[in-house]
Amino acid sequence: MITVLVLMTFGILIGWFLHKKDKILKISSELTNWAIYLLLFLLGLSVGTNEEILNNFDKIGYQSILITVFAVIGSVLVSWLTYILFFKKNER
Amino acid sequence: MKGSIIILFFFVIGLFTGIYDLLPEHFLQNDYSLYALYLLMFLVGIGIGSNKKSLILIRSVNFKIILVPLSVITGTYIGVSVFSLLQDNLSLIDSLAVGSGFGYYSLSSVLISEVSGDMLGVIALLSNITREIITLLLTPVFARYFGKLAPISSGGATAMDTTLPVITKYIGSDYAIISVFSGVVLTILVPFLIAIIL
Repeated sequence: MITVLVLMTFGILIGWFLHKKDKILKISSELTNWAIYLLLFLLGLSVGTNEEILNNFDKIGYQSILITVFAVIGSVLVSWLTYILFFKKNER
Repeated sequence: MKGSIIILFFFVIGLFTGIYDLLPEHFLQNDYSLYALYLLMFLVGIGIGSNKKSLILIRSVNFKIILVPLSVITGTYIGVSVFSLLQDNLSLIDSLAVGSGFGYYSLSSVLISEVSGDMLGVIALLSNITREIITLLLTPVFARYFGKLAPISSGGATAMDTTLPVITKYIGSDYAIISVFSGVVLTILVPFLIAIIL
């Protein structure tokens, strides 16, 4: 995991220096898309060979939606509070 | 939205390739995904570093604006913690990791599956796609009843790009910078928070 973070930080620094080289950045963003596609394909592939996940797919889907509902409710409520305390008064 | 459909498409293709055993055995035994992940993280870094929107991060930083992504993180963690108490399939750690995607489903799902296995990776994928969909659908409701930060907060990391148009449509373009700021900060934090939690 450390490798992942180091690579990303390194990338940010390089990106910072390259921010005017549009051609390189276009290639990099195209490559990013394909890396994501490849990884999601591979994730699908190993899920497709995993009986435990396949047999519980409905349960997994239901839980995924439920956890998101909680995450969204939590963040909407906290940001509502932040809005009332710090942002709303400036608008009047 | 188009992006999420393409990504789901690749996931589903992989899924069926796996189910119907379409690839030779030795292909499955090599761990290509780790190297692809390394490449991805490096490229994502370049994307963030070179993104003109990242400049907004430095130019517009002040106490109030930092409160926005902070509220998203706090609120999300409170929400998923409550969720983890109500059921016993996902532990608190797992729930926090999934929540730390903040809608950035592509990155969070591959990162999480690398560390905690495919089961949690799939949950992260579906959960964070759901976050984007909820934001696209419910932004008008959130904006109307829960203040102008609510859609930004619901959008999480996606508030900088995919959900930005619908968000600014309902809360006004004077909040666009706050939305982009919050989205950029969360996008950068996703891998770090997942690494800390797992």
